Amino acid sequence: MGNHKKYWKSEAELSSNNKMIVGLKNNEFAEQLPTDLFLSNKSSLQDSSTNRRDFLKYLGFSTAAATLASCEGPVNRSIPYVVQPERIVPGIANFYATSIADGFDFANVLIKTREGRPIKIENNSKAKVKSSANARVQASVLSMYDSLRLKGPLQKGQEVNWTQLNQNVIDELESMKASNSDVVLLTQTFASPSTSKIIKDFKKKYSNVRHIIYDAISDSKALDAFEIAYGKRALPTYDFSNADVIVSVGADFLGDWQGGGHDLSYVKGRVPVKVGNRIAKMSKHFQLESNMSISGANADKRVALTPNQQKIALARIYGYISGNKFSGTLPENIELSIKKIADSLIKAGNKGVIINGLDDVNAHLLAYEINELLKSLSYKKDELSLIKQGNDKEVLQLIKDLNSGKVKGVIMSGVNPAYTLPNSEEFISGIKKANFSVCFSMKNDETASQSKWVAASPHYFESWGDNEMVNGNFSLTQPTIRPLFDTMQFQDCLLKWMGSANSFYDFIRNNWEQNILENMSWNQALHDGFFKSNSKNIIKKLKFNPITCAEQLSSSKSSVFELVLYSKTGLGDGQQANNPWLQELPDPITRVSWDNYLTVSKFDAQELGLKNYTVANGALDSNYAQITVNGVSLKVPVIIQPGQSKGSVGLAFGYGKKNAMKEEMQIGVNAFKLYQNFNSVQNIEIEAVDETHEFACTQLQNTLMGRGDIIRETTLEVFNTKNVEDWNAITKVSLNHIETPVNSPEVDLWDEFDRSIGHHFNLSIDLNSCTGCGACVIACHAENNVPVVGKTEVRRSRDMHWLRIDRYYSSEETFDGDNKTKDDINGLSDSLSVFKEMENPSENPQVVFQPVMCQHCNHAPCETVCPVAATSHGRQGQNHMAYNRCVGTRYCANNCPYKVRRFNWFLYNNNDEFDFNMNDDLGKMVLNPDVVVRSRGVMEKCSFCIQSTQAVILNAKREGRRVEKGEFNDTCACSAACSTGAMKFGDINEKDSEVSVLKESERVYHLLDTVGTKPNVFYHVKVRNTD
Amino acid sequence: MKGNSKFLQDFFSLLSKTSLMTFFAFILFFSTTFSHNISSQEFDIAKGKSLFNANCASCHKLNKKLIGPALRGVSAKYEKDWLYSWIKNSAAMIKSGDEQAVAIYEEYNKVAMNAFPQLSNEDIDNILAYTDYVPPKPVAPVSGAPVSESSGSSSTNDLILILLSFVLAVLVILLVLINKTLKNIIPQKAVAIDDAKNIKKRIPIWKAFIQNQFLVLVSVVILLLSSAYFAYGYMLQVGVDQGYMPIQPIHYSHKIHAGANQIECQYCHSSAKKSKHSGIPSLNVCMNCHENIADYNGEEDLEKGYTKEFYTNEIKKLYKAVGWDENSQSYTGDTEPVKWVRIHNLPDFVYFNHAQHVTVAGVDCQKCHGPVEEMEILYQHSPLTMGWCINCHRETNIKVKDNEYYTKIHEELSKKYGVEELTAAQMGGLECGKCHY
Repeated sequence: MGNHKKYWKSEAELSSNNKMIVGLKNNEFAEQLPTDLFLSNKSSLQDSSTNRRDFLKYLGFSTAAATLASCEGPVNRSIPYVVQPERIVPGIANFYATSIADGFDFANVLIKTREGRPIKIENNSKAKVKSSANARVQASVLSMYDSLRLKGPLQKGQEVNWTQLNQNVIDELESMKASNSDVVLLTQTFASPSTSKIIKDFKKKYSNVRHIIYDAISDSKALDAFEIAYGKRALPTYDFSNADVIVSVGADFLGDWQGGGHDLSYVKGRVPVKVGNRIAKMSKHFQLESNMSISGANADKRVALTPNQQKIALARIYGYISGNKFSGTLPENIELSIKKIADSLIKAGNKGVIINGLDDVNAHLLAYEINELLKSLSYKKDELSLIKQGNDKEVLQLIKDLNSGKVKGVIMSGVNPAYTLPNSEEFISGIKKANFSVCFSMKNDETASQSKWVAASPHYFESWGDNEMVNGNFSLTQPTIRPLFDTMQFQDCLLKWMGSANSFYDFIRNNWEQNILENMSWNQALHDGFFKSNSKNIIKKLKFNPITCAEQLSSSKSSVFELVLYSKTGLGDGQQANNPWLQELPDPITRVSWDNYLTVSKFDAQELGLKNYTVANGALDSNYAQITVNGVSLKVPVIIQPGQSKGSVGLAFGYGKKNAMKEEMQIGVNAFKLYQNFNSVQNIEIEAVDETHEFACTQLQNTLMGRGDIIRETTLEVFNTKNVEDWNAITKVSLNHIETPVNSPEVDLWDEFDRSIGHHFNLSIDLNSCTGCGACVIACHAENNVPVVGKTEVRRSRDMHWLRIDRYYSSEETFDGDNKTKDDINGLSDSLSVFKEMENPSENPQVVFQPVMCQHCNHAPCETVCPVAATSHGRQGQNHMAYNRCVGTRYCANNCPYKVRRFNWFLYNNNDEFDFNMNDDLGKMVLNPDVVVRSRGVMEKCSFCIQSTQAVILNAKREGRRVEKGEFNDTCACSAACSTGAMKFGDINEKDSEVSVLKESERVYHLLDTVGTKPNVFYHVKVRNTD
Repeated sequence: MKGNSKFLQDFFSLLSKTSLMTFFAFILFFSTTFSHNISSQEFDIAKGKSLFNANCASCHKLNKKLIGPALRGVSAKYEKDWLYSWIKNSAAMIKSGDEQAVAIYEEYNKVAMNAFPQLSNEDIDNILAYTDYVPPKPVAPVSGAPVSESSGSSSTNDLILILLSFVLAVLVILLVLINKTLKNIIPQKAVAIDDAKNIKKRIPIWKAFIQNQFLVLVSVVILLLSSAYFAYGYMLQVGVDQGYMPIQPIHYSHKIHAGANQIECQYCHSSAKKSKHSGIPSLNVCMNCHENIADYNGEEDLEKGYTKEFYTNEIKKLYKAVGWDENSQSYTGDTEPVKWVRIHNLPDFVYFNHAQHVTVAGVDCQKCHGPVEEMEILYQHSPLTMGWCINCHRETNIKVKDNEYYTKIHEELSKKYGVEELTAAQMGGLECGKCHY
């Protein structure tokens, strides 16, 4: 009897017409061996005097020669300074306070330099505002060592010197002035008082010059709204620390909304602490949004709504608060939720706050009005954020003027309109028509390559500058390294073109000493990097009619599909797209690295025939969707996103860049092409394309399936009213058929080692304050020389991240529901079917983030299986890894219950196959000299940054003192980077240290404590303020 | 026999060369001491030298302009009385309008010479005697490039070796000759050489050996084991560069600096106190002293060719690198970093911190680096292997005294281990992760 069973290796094989499958069936080796290359030329083969014997001789000789040569060690050179700078001691790091202001990211930071080269970025926590560096800011240190940076100025693509360029530009400017033709300065938002002053002076000297500010991802409508409401073009700031109710309508305020940086105050109100008998308090966070954002993931209650529904909902909320009624319809259950949200806002009164992320003037006005009505204390309208100043209308007008010939010259700095404008072709034809165009840029990017002159500009590590991010809060940017290339700053050039002899440094210093510094010295301000002025702003509300706003909002019409454009944690607006750390950083929500994609709800995906599937090698594949907005069409891969509201899709900016990019990083699609009229919401048509896209996704298991020992979660009510045993019970295991707590010594396989002497390091991770922002991941890369492996390797699950942030969705509406479903399972068949179902996330799931790194188990399973004792335990609690001893059996990784060990499958440095920063001399400058670069064939993992803990200990020893309190706090790169304080590192043997206090909390649990590994990393139970 | 005679010729010629050299050296020695005695009859040159070094050397050199003019033969240029008054108070002479005095004043950028009223005429005579003193030219063999490459002690070693091998060769020849004569004697005397039958029957020893399988097995095992032992020993030496003594771009002598001049190690290697690197001093550190020390005047090692000129020439290399113009006594700004060859190379995967050992543990530099103050050319003294590190950690006690960091932990740990003083190993100095990360 014939067997008709069909075996298949991947789902793709099941579809009959797959080209690749058919191709492979006929020809196993898809690529021909290039034998023709060297065998086709018969004559040269015959003429050659080299016969087989000669060949063998050569072979033998070269083998012997190579062997002999390798016996001799290399000669290393040591080259000391000719004149050593006073403050540089080889081997000791220096720190400089500075600030980043690249037009998209603004932050006060500290730069760590070694032997004069910047290697890492830390938070400048002394600064009063914007003291947290996000993942992009953390990674900006690598962008400095980008091998594709411009090495000098260009004229029409040819190298030119600065004197010539400056003279030419001055000549052009003079002739423009003489003919009174318009010249435009098109710049990023500088938020720099000194730059504004220079531009003002420049306009005075050249009266024909206009200044237009352009933000690639615009907040122009929010600015317009604020101008209508308060008469000033700026943005209000928010302080969530004392808020009881936070309602966000489409605003990803834990992400990049209005410049980001809101997570610090948010988290202050999110950690429940019981003091004595007082019940713990927590703010309640409602999120109404269409894409699943990290704000939505952190929310207590998330309502998935299309942008159009959000508008109606906002009007509704205003209606409830002001006592008006507006038209517009919402589904019934949503209507109920909205009512509840409005009620809690009213109840919270001045402790409630609403923020708006809808790209609509009316929506912004309404949100401002609601906060006014609530007299919200969190709404700081007099502390203005100045980091977004772009003006869309002026930019659009400029393109017209350039094409009509009205504007004859354009000088650009910090912008890349040829990439970030939807109508970039129009813009390019415009600057081609202009008499002259100068582009200040670090790279020969899309815009620079079209400009007549390219002024190579320095990285912010090589520049002077000042910022006023929030008014009254000034910060300085100072160079931390001598310029690597022949570059000149925009401001310095402007000064030169005005005929000033001053440098920008002189200018800033004068300006600060005369106008800004009140009683602080310049040197002190430079040392701190920060100065807070005491002057106060008084903002008065102007009159506008909120009712018409609400009416307009509620009457807005929905189309079939709405596209919501957003910026991703990794790339933001795409300035640093050539940064491999950021490309490889998995998105916090989708956990996809190296790509952008269309996020689609499960329902819509089924309707449209869009699919995600896992293939045999454990990687994620999808098909493409053809999306069209007003005739502009793009082909994008698809990710089915739980929590995406039906009828909406999402797409991230920042990808699809081609110019001055390494080939591997020219990835994704350029969403700016769809950003028409600077509107982040677009009506869109979608069509499935039957082509396969391969994703590099670092997590495919999306749900917890009711396994509470991985993430423990409870509600604020339970936390406040019930005993610990009810919500954070110690796991019990069976010992001789008796249930015994897992921490009792009888169930332990190992003998306990006394760790009370000396230091004992622990890391505390609070799941309540972890927003999933990913800054720790990049900080860990920078500190520990973690290699980048590229998309294909990530797809093979060979990513090298020492620290990952797992993200889990609930299968039911809540995680609590998951546990109930699991408990209700009855019998084997039921369990099979139910568990199968639980693999799928719910339509609008709860989301939780969990950073996982080596848990440094005191009873580590990895240590016992290593045949060569390459991994062992230290007295201080760290699980050591001796790379030079490792022979690469990978037993340890297989025996690790947390899957945190990473294997070097290849040599990732000096290898053309991995052409990232470790393959070029410039990129290698970022490496931390205190940590070894690992070679092929060895295992590596988190070390608890032992190089830093040892450094702290050594400093104490050297100075003959005890380690001071809190000295260990920032030694781990991840905990130092964590601005929300979710990660705290320290010595639990040190009395009253932060971490030893945290360890006593009743929220503490250990990951997978059933396996009895006794980790030195502990987590805090996630508490959600749900009903 | 012909070869033998050639060998002897060579041998004697070598012998005569070395004796000739010692002979010349003797002559040189005597001649210098002799001439020294002659000139010191009138004035005390030695005293003059010390006075010169104490008072004049900061501005004057013998053969070269510094801040003031070169002083060699100065007594011939000026009257003695004029010199007395000039040295005692030059400013007064310039004021009085002395022609010669004003000329010098003008020539040297109107910088007046310090007054030395404390010097007596006799002192000045001594100084002048020193400045006039011309040391006799060194005798022939010293001039030019280094003559012989072997040092004195090794040449005597060679001599003994050659003698021994000569004796050995004579013995071998004698043995061969005796054997030959004996063989010649045998047929002459017609002595029957044993009974041939016996020989034929006896199995040769190698055959017997092969037939005895047990012996073969044992010897093969022994052979394998011993070769494995030697191979292992050889392999262990791979990458161990003990004794590595590369040629450096500038012949820097630790023997002169740390030995003869007794400069503290950490004067130049200052970062060893606080950093992981001991640091190779930057050239500005060298110039702290060498701005004034342009010539070498210390001891010479003529046999190796380390003459004064040789050392002075090395100082010139420093000047070139740092961009120091001796004539104008100023920096030209034209620099060129020195590319030293690194001697102590630890692999990347080892973390070593100088401060930990130097400042915290108070280990002498010599403990690892050997007798640096005796090294003309620096070499790697220690093997720098992990076993070597660990041995020391096992044997060395923690320096607890006056270090508050250790107070508590030392008390608790020593109680736990039941010892008075803890070794570095007991403190955790053997944990992998302390040095490998």
